[in-house]
Amino acid sequence: MSQLQQAAVSDSTANQAAISTAASGTWHAVCALDDIWPNTGVCALVEGRQVAIFRLQDDLLYAIDNYDPHSDANVISRGIVGDLGGERVVASPIYKHHYQLSTGICVEDTDIRLQTYPVELRDGAVWVQV
Amino acid sequence: MNQHTRIVVVGNGMVGHYFMQELVKRHPDLAAANLQVTVLGEEPRPAYDRVHLSSFFSGSTAEDLSLVEPGFYDRPGLELRLNARVSHIDRHQHVVTLTDNTTLPYDKLVLATGSVPFVPSVAGRDRENCFVYRTIEDLEAMTAAGKTSKSGVVVGGGLLGLECAKALRDMGLDTHVVEFAPRLMAVQVDEAGGRVLRSKIEELGVHVHTSRNTTAIVDGATARHRMVFFDETWLETDMIVFSAGIRPRDELARESGLAIGARGGIAIDDFSRSSDHDIYAIGECASWNDEMFGLVAPGYDMARTACAHLAGETASTFQGADMSTKLKLMGVDVASVGDAHGKTHGCRSYQYTDEVRNIYKKIVVSEDGKKLLGAVLIGNADEYGTLQQMTVNNMALPENPEFLILPASDGKEKPGLGVDALPDTAVLCSCNNVNKGEIGEAVAAGNCSIGAIKSCTKAGTACGGCVPLVTQVMKAHMVKLGMTVNNHLCEHFPYSRQELYHLVRVEQIRTFDELLHKHGKGLGCDICKPTAASVLASVWNDFILKKDLASLQDSNDYFLGNIQKDGSYSVVPRMPGGEVTPDGLIAIGQIAKKYKLYTKVTGGARVDMFGARVEQLPNIWEELIAAGFESGHAYGKSLRTVKSCVGSTWCRYGVDDSVGLAVQLENRYKGLRAPHKIKFGVSGCTRECAEAQGKDVGLIATESGWNLYVCGNGGMKPRHAELIASDLSKEDAIRMIDRFLMFYIRTADRLQRTSTWRDNLEGGLDYLKDVVINDSLGLGAELEAQMQHVVDNYQDEWKTAVNDPEVRKRFRSFVNSVAGDNNIVFVKERDQMRPATVEEKKQAKVIPILATTE
Repeated sequence: MSQLQQAAVSDSTANQAAISTAASGTWHAVCALDDIWPNTGVCALVEGRQVAIFRLQDDLLYAIDNYDPHSDANVISRGIVGDLGGERVVASPIYKHHYQLSTGICVEDTDIRLQTYPVELRDGAVWVQV
Repeated sequence: MNQHTRIVVVGNGMVGHYFMQELVKRHPDLAAANLQVTVLGEEPRPAYDRVHLSSFFSGSTAEDLSLVEPGFYDRPGLELRLNARVSHIDRHQHVVTLTDNTTLPYDKLVLATGSVPFVPSVAGRDRENCFVYRTIEDLEAMTAAGKTSKSGVVVGGGLLGLECAKALRDMGLDTHVVEFAPRLMAVQVDEAGGRVLRSKIEELGVHVHTSRNTTAIVDGATARHRMVFFDETWLETDMIVFSAGIRPRDELARESGLAIGARGGIAIDDFSRSSDHDIYAIGECASWNDEMFGLVAPGYDMARTACAHLAGETASTFQGADMSTKLKLMGVDVASVGDAHGKTHGCRSYQYTDEVRNIYKKIVVSEDGKKLLGAVLIGNADEYGTLQQMTVNNMALPENPEFLILPASDGKEKPGLGVDALPDTAVLCSCNNVNKGEIGEAVAAGNCSIGAIKSCTKAGTACGGCVPLVTQVMKAHMVKLGMTVNNHLCEHFPYSRQELYHLVRVEQIRTFDELLHKHGKGLGCDICKPTAASVLASVWNDFILKKDLASLQDSNDYFLGNIQKDGSYSVVPRMPGGEVTPDGLIAIGQIAKKYKLYTKVTGGARVDMFGARVEQLPNIWEELIAAGFESGHAYGKSLRTVKSCVGSTWCRYGVDDSVGLAVQLENRYKGLRAPHKIKFGVSGCTRECAEAQGKDVGLIATESGWNLYVCGNGGMKPRHAELIASDLSKEDAIRMIDRFLMFYIRTADRLQRTSTWRDNLEGGLDYLKDVVINDSLGLGAELEAQMQHVVDNYQDEWKTAVNDPEVRKRFRSFVNSVAGDNNIVFVKERDQMRPATVEEKKQAKVIPILATTE
């Protein structure tokens, strides 16, 4: 199990992902890994921003905006995670749009993409850069 | 058509109404098309489904049988007059006169007067408690007489006569059928078939008397009537129903001098025109080439032809009809195709008889052995679709045609009808005239389930006999279009929900990871995870927020409440049967007030409290639990509510305690996870105030128990529930519901309500009855035991959640803050809160959110 997990970015989308991922920012410790049950998400309030953080298999972590533009509600962290064609996604609980966890791109509406954030596991604590 | 054509349609039966539907299809705005149409119906109600008339005895109401969509006759340019009978046609003046002496001018007249039951001229046939079988009024009178009778006789052993016999038997009467001919269903069935049919019918407790000519009906010694036969033998009975064939209603035509067919009926040409070209005749009153058609499909065909001709089209003509029939009489399959009697010169037949199971099958082939001419099937009519299409489409017979009707032996595939061999013009559904090509188009347009095909083409929606064949054609088309004919749940599992359920049960799988590891691939998704959670819950019923189950749940199940559009939740305390104490109501009011929640009484007889944030939920539940409530499943694919009327406890009409039963049922099935949501209704009498017939499971009290209805639905596509058992004791009703629900849970697809499940169930209602009531699969005890397991393992999910610190911790907006979501904001409307709109949020005209409730 790796101790340092950045938002996993596949090669093909690496370029796009770099644009939407905050280039710089402050790292914040938000919770213990144990606060996030496997294969679920939580929401962290970081500098006034709502960031959804997901813990997938093998403690792979992802951080993405909690705001779902399709429903105008802060609900992404409560979505079900999984994969579509191998790409890890979260499904918004309101209208069930899927967002790619690595890029924030909405699968059903590719013009829309959520901000993603660097996230790390340090000594059992979850850190996110906002 | 010239300016303002006046059309008068005489008769509002099935065919008369179908004519109007066709006319409206052509001219959705009749008035704009300069048409002024008057429809005259002599019965007190508009058109109803006479084909399924006998279902009136098994609980269908006149409304259920109605064929008229609400508002159909309320359009401009169209008038329907009921209780209106025409007494005279003046062809020279183009005027019809009604029995009340009003007159009505016409430019075009359409006669759809139907037929009357034939009553043999027997002395005493007008005695009391002698009936015919044609209208709803006839059936109402029979039902009333049945209540004071012990025995009943049906005169006539044809198709309608046997249906009628079933009705009498179901009323609990000692039932006899008296037939003039030497066998039953003499028109459709040959002698050997008649013998098998007779022994099947007698097995069911109906006495059959053939070659009996009734000469007189007189007073009986042990019953109301004595029927005396030509050989001076006699039979005593309390009521008599004449169902000895029909005669065309052609008296208006005769009197006004129209040409009449050789055997009666209004003579028509290929355009359904009578000898007066301003008068059309359609349906059972018409005679084409001296032939009359007592089935609905040819009548519809005539209606279409007449309609086209009125519009000036001459391409469509009536060319006779295939009189093949398939039906189920008292559970016995009876089918007849084409030249069933083998009257064609030089024809030869193959026959198969099984006297153990009472099955008889015969095919008639042409002299050269190349073509199928006809068939008779008794006891099992599985091959009907194949044989009928082969005959009608003149298709080449396979080698060894006997295998078409022989039971399949091991390893030997039965020669089916390759549906690919059918031409696109082959009519699959003759009731609604849907051909193979149209099914193909529907599939290409994306209709890939039999339910979808039914609703867009109407195929299989009348008698339903063509459904297996239509399904076959649909699947073949899907393959042709490169669609995979599968109901795989999603990309992660190459199985249907039903198959996954089976795997979980047989292999004793208890977690999603195990299921995925053994039978799936990838990580899963928002389709398969909740489905697996539901299946695991139906089988094992573990706490749904156990660590390895929690991540599978939809947000509503995950947070045990209903998520609303702004991400807040609503809480709906369970009120079994809608019963609540004043203290309970006060407690709910106080809680709603304390947390500033919006309250509304729901359609499911509960109080819904809206606007709770995640972190407030455990506190709200705690207070509800203290007041004696559990929160309820107003969400999830589970039992929602059991709606009830007040019942015999208070109501002066109630015959049983509907509230008591509703409370018992809701407490029994609460928490049950299913393929989709389930709703119940319990009514204390036939007034049906709880609308139980619109529910998945409905119970209606009778004088002697409970009638059980299943597979009803409100919502987007309402469907009346169907009666599957009558006069059950409370205990038996619960056993049958156990079986029904578990059978549904085992076999339904994901998100398939009981109504769609039922529409897609091969074998339909009869099959469902067989499985649930007659236990034909021998599953009854197992299904009941499984339900008992689920019931025994029920737990108050909300209580478990608030008492488990690990679980409770998850109920917060932020993992690192006690703040609430500042996007959940409210404004006031009608003295309560509601979510602010995006615009309102921008203008900040909002009520500040509450301080956190920690």
